[in-house]
Amino acid sequence: MSLRRTWLTMRRILQQLGHDPRTIALLLVVPSALMGLLAWSLVNRPGSFGVLGPRLLGVFPLIIMFLVTSVTTLRERTNGTLERLLTMPLVKAELILGYAAAFGLVAIVQSALVSTLSYTWYGLVHQGIPWRISAVALCAGLLGTAFGLALSALAKTEFQAVQFMPAFILPQLLLCGLMVPVALLPTALRYVANVLPMTAALHAINPLQSTSYYLEQFCVMVAYIMAALFIGSTTLRRRTK
Amino acid sequence: MAPPPLAIEVSQLRVVRQHSVILKSLSFTVAAGELVGLLGPSGSGKSTLMRSLLGVQTITSGSALALGDKVGTPALRRRIGYMAQSSAIYLDLTVRENLAYFAGVLGVDISQVEHTMHIVNLHSFAGRLVSSLSGGERSRVSLAVALLGAPPLLILDEPTVGLDPVLRRDLWQTFAQLAGDGTTVLVSSHVMDEAARCGRLLLLREGNLLFDDTPAQLLARTRMDSYDEAFVRLIEEAS
Repeated sequence: MSLRRTWLTMRRILQQLGHDPRTIALLLVVPSALMGLLAWSLVNRPGSFGVLGPRLLGVFPLIIMFLVTSVTTLRERTNGTLERLLTMPLVKAELILGYAAAFGLVAIVQSALVSTLSYTWYGLVHQGIPWRISAVALCAGLLGTAFGLALSALAKTEFQAVQFMPAFILPQLLLCGLMVPVALLPTALRYVANVLPMTAALHAINPLQSTSYYLEQFCVMVAYIMAALFIGSTTLRRRTK
Repeated sequence: MAPPPLAIEVSQLRVVRQHSVILKSLSFTVAAGELVGLLGPSGSGKSTLMRSLLGVQTITSGSALALGDKVGTPALRRRIGYMAQSSAIYLDLTVRENLAYFAGVLGVDISQVEHTMHIVNLHSFAGRLVSSLSGGERSRVSLAVALLGAPPLLILDEPTVGLDPVLRRDLWQTFAQLAGDGTTVLVSSHVMDEAARCGRLLLLREGNLLFDDTPAQLLARTRMDSYDEAFVRLIEEAS
């Protein structure tokens, strides 16, 4: 494995984004505006933004980065560049890590912007430590990227890739504790909820939890990222039957 | 004098994909520096043969060597230039950015970027986004990627399809020049007349090798005046 080729791949993906200012604007403006909308909608319910705001700081990057990554990697598979790269001395891990690094950087910028706006302009106030929440938001973005990489292998067209959003994300939104606390779910669903990546993000982002609990959930998220990246790299076949 | 080293050695190559036999039992060799045209109707197995030589297609039985090594050997990945039917370049990068990335992956000197743009006459497009280029210009970018690092073996899958006659002539001149400089070039096409520029023709039909000789021999054997007619004749004789 070569760091140089990983770096080149990351730079190439960022160059591609750089030629697409509209996508960059959407990546930064949409989550910021959504968070502002949430704050505004809760103006007449004092304290609610302090509870819901941090949770959505974790959920938004996961959804957005999942979509962006799955469509971009699918394009790499369908336009022939993946096959070309695999006839060259590129190791699969270099490609996967290049993607993770490029979109990880995007996730950092995105979550930094949304967190800053939330704590300043939107007046987000909660007990607990703000940087902890920003760290989870970043991790959630990486989680979205990692699963986007893995699941793009299942889609044959960009149309299908977009349909994975409701299939992969919506069940997690329903079960992760955003709507109903996980503890109040029926037993079977509670088991399911506890193994969902988004649940880990939501647990970790709860500002009232202890540091050790936070670290534990943080590790769970990192494990999910590694597992998804590994699955993603096994879906890249140098040789086809 | 020793015979020239072989660039391609295929022996009883058989490829079965999803229960259908794509290549039956191919055997042929290509010497270094030859310009060989691979012809055949669509679905005859041309792309599968090329992908087998690149090591990205699983071989069912038989053997295939490229530049003396078993196909799929990691060391071959920098020694074979490949141009697929799809242009396989990034539309949202400029021509130069595309070439610079692939040059970096191949580990060839960055001066190769300017050099290959020169060979395919793309200099004036260096800073343009590929998405703004025409089909012909895009295939030249794709060819430039295949030429990076001056690999001793070039495998080009229908590089001239959909191009205008002038551009096709230019490309064939480039191929002939490369072969003249010692590069082995295997080019697939389904346009007979242009393939007649090759020193040697391989004709594939339903996974079998129907013909392996010079263009002149093809005319003589079928007693035809045009390559297109000779091609059709040969295929009809076989069926």
